[in-house]
Amino acid sequence: MNRLFILFTALILCSPTIKAVEPEEVLRDPKLEERARALSKGLRCLVCQNQSIDDSDANLARDLRILVREKLKSGDSDEEIIKYVVSRYGDFVLLKPPLNKSTFILWMGPVIIFIFGLIMVLFYMMRMRHAKKAIPLTEEEKNRLTSIRELR
Amino acid sequence: MIAETGQFTLVLALIVAIVQGTLPLAGSVKNNIRLMALGSTSATSLFLCVLVSFGCLIQAFIVSDFSVFNVAQNSHTQKPLLYKISGVWGNHEGSMLLWVTILTLFGASVAAFGKNLPESLKARVLSIQGLISASFISFILFTSNPFLRLDPAPVEGQGLNPILQDPGLAFHPPFLYIGYVGFSIVFSFAVAALIEGRIDPAWARWVRPWTLAAWCSLTIGIALGSWWAYYELGWGGWWFWDPVENASLIPWLIGTALLHSAIVVEKRDALKSWTILLAILTFSMSLLGTFLVRSGILTSVHTFATDPERGVFILLLLILISGSALILYALRASLILPGGVFSPISREAALIFNNLLLTTGAAVVLLGTLYPLLLDALYGAKVSVGPPFYNATFLPIMAPVLVACVIGSMLRWKRADLAGVLGRLKVATLTALLVVLTIIWATGSGDVLVALALGVSAWIIIGTMVQVSERINLFKFPLSKSLSRARNLPRAFWGMVISHSALGILVIGITISSAWRVEFIKLMKAGDTVSAGGYTLTFAGTLPIVGPNYTGIQGQFRVERNGKEITVLLPEKRSYPAERNRTTEAGILSTISGDLYTVLGEMSENGEWSTRIYFNPMINWIWIGAILMAFGGLISLTDRRLHIRLLEKFSKEANGNAA
Repeated sequence: MNRLFILFTALILCSPTIKAVEPEEVLRDPKLEERARALSKGLRCLVCQNQSIDDSDANLARDLRILVREKLKSGDSDEEIIKYVVSRYGDFVLLKPPLNKSTFILWMGPVIIFIFGLIMVLFYMMRMRHAKKAIPLTEEEKNRLTSIRELR
Repeated sequence: MIAETGQFTLVLALIVAIVQGTLPLAGSVKNNIRLMALGSTSATSLFLCVLVSFGCLIQAFIVSDFSVFNVAQNSHTQKPLLYKISGVWGNHEGSMLLWVTILTLFGASVAAFGKNLPESLKARVLSIQGLISASFISFILFTSNPFLRLDPAPVEGQGLNPILQDPGLAFHPPFLYIGYVGFSIVFSFAVAALIEGRIDPAWARWVRPWTLAAWCSLTIGIALGSWWAYYELGWGGWWFWDPVENASLIPWLIGTALLHSAIVVEKRDALKSWTILLAILTFSMSLLGTFLVRSGILTSVHTFATDPERGVFILLLLILISGSALILYALRASLILPGGVFSPISREAALIFNNLLLTTGAAVVLLGTLYPLLLDALYGAKVSVGPPFYNATFLPIMAPVLVACVIGSMLRWKRADLAGVLGRLKVATLTALLVVLTIIWATGSGDVLVALALGVSAWIIIGTMVQVSERINLFKFPLSKSLSRARNLPRAFWGMVISHSALGILVIGITISSAWRVEFIKLMKAGDTVSAGGYTLTFAGTLPIVGPNYTGIQGQFRVERNGKEITVLLPEKRSYPAERNRTTEAGILSTISGDLYTVLGEMSENGEWSTRIYFNPMINWIWIGAILMAFGGLISLTDRRLHIRLLEKFSKEANGNAA
């Protein structure tokens, strides 16, 4: 029941058809606004499934967008803002998970998978090269070959 | 009565499926022709039973029989007919029945078109298909019965989620399912080959049309889904790396790898064991996708079922079906003798490279999709894996695929001359370089990645054209002779040409639309104007509207270009009283050079409307590319060599006439 309730509220809060950034949120300075948009694309709406706060209409996302913009206006750097948001909501808020102990496999996975695949391919090619080397004929086969030749 | 007939035929179907799953297999072991022949008969009857059952459910939706629980939950009398019908697969139970209908349709097609298959192989394929059908029919009957009655019947139904009431979404699931389920045939062929312990070029030739058909359908299904997201969700995004989207991308990637490796089996009798494994994996990934979507462990627009019992059932089916196939593979793969040998620079090796990258890409998407679930289950830690992760990992893996696809398809089998091929591609290389430099120069060196991506697209398209011109000796012979050569080239070659060029078109669309999108978020009052993408938009105010099952507000934007009015865009905000839900319909002017995309927001206190206006340059190239890619697959499907059956029929008739 609890899960259903969460799902239900998530669906209502994040109805995907209602839009995100509202005109009155937009900052005057286009450079700051551009940074605000870039930052909000990397921050997750905490009550939604897989939506950035840039795309989400949830109130919480709106609060976060405004927070990001307030911080930008007061002159904070992008890193400082991210750090602040993470300190409040944890790593979960980052759509690009940071590299640490719990995400090590996630980030290294692609490399490991590729290298594993590459080794398999090389192994296959080597085995094929060995298979290509002619196996010397046995004594019996040699005799048969000569007899066939003599016949011709 | 309708519901009972549907229920009865579904139970009947379960019995037929069990017969199909066992007796022909037994026949193939005992070499009993009559038992084996039962495969075709039962596959056809099974399809008919399920079709009747599915028809009953559609009928119940059309006549709005609210005494059926499923209809009452998901339909409404005021819905337009198209959405009454598409509502059948707009919910969990109905979509599973559609899934099984397509599954049995494929089984019946093997029975109908597989006349050239050896009896024992056909019997085995159909039996395996029967076993899969039986498991999914039991899943429906025991956990997701769409025919349950409701007493007392309500006067009115609860309606379908309005964002699903859309033509794009009416056809998205059927295509997607034909893709997913089509791979079941390839799976059955692979398992049958493992049981027989024999796989040869003829096997690859039998399997190829099914792979192609499923792949084309899956491509169209994914394209429709992303197109729908683009125009319906209202902020112009078209791919979100949503777990459910990933669930369809993974089988597509592995299926694409399979499509290419099957060529090597067919032409060179090599890579056999790997191709079998891919065939098993492709369908397993389709099943995994079904599990992820249906179990409710992922929540998104797509998930209907949140009943853990169903999740466990599908997980068991997944383990049973894929697990037993993989065990069989582990036991029997060594029986498959390695075939033709080749050097590291050859068409075969290039296709291995293609497979390595595509499967790695699929594995990365799978990792990103499952990682948050696994981390949560194992350590209770929460992590978000969003678009930035995939951009950083998936895209670099796919980039070499784009570069290599041109070179690979020009290499000769067995041993090839790489320097020679690169020399033949001089024109493509120079064009690509020119594109890169022009874009860096024009954008003031800002967008190196964009320039590279566009350069690679030019390289694919020109490189593919070079192949065509070489094959038809363009400019070497008179044009008429070149054209007649073009007509005589195999359809499979043309399929490759179309699909590879389409890949270039797709990349152009993705790159330009995401790099050079223009966006305005503004408060507007009647008379205000905005310029975007060479158009001038004038906001002309709003009007109330009334639709068949909704009411709403329509905004009006007059669009002018060079002082002439071209069209009026009418974005809407709709409110569906039956479903107690609202949607936003974007107003879109769609052209080949870009889309003008308008969305109406809320009205502010002083009477101004919040609006969003985007210009998405060349975004349609994404879907044109995807559809062309599927079209290339269809052309390849009509290749003569895949129609041995027809040839045999003709030769038989010719013999008959002679006698």
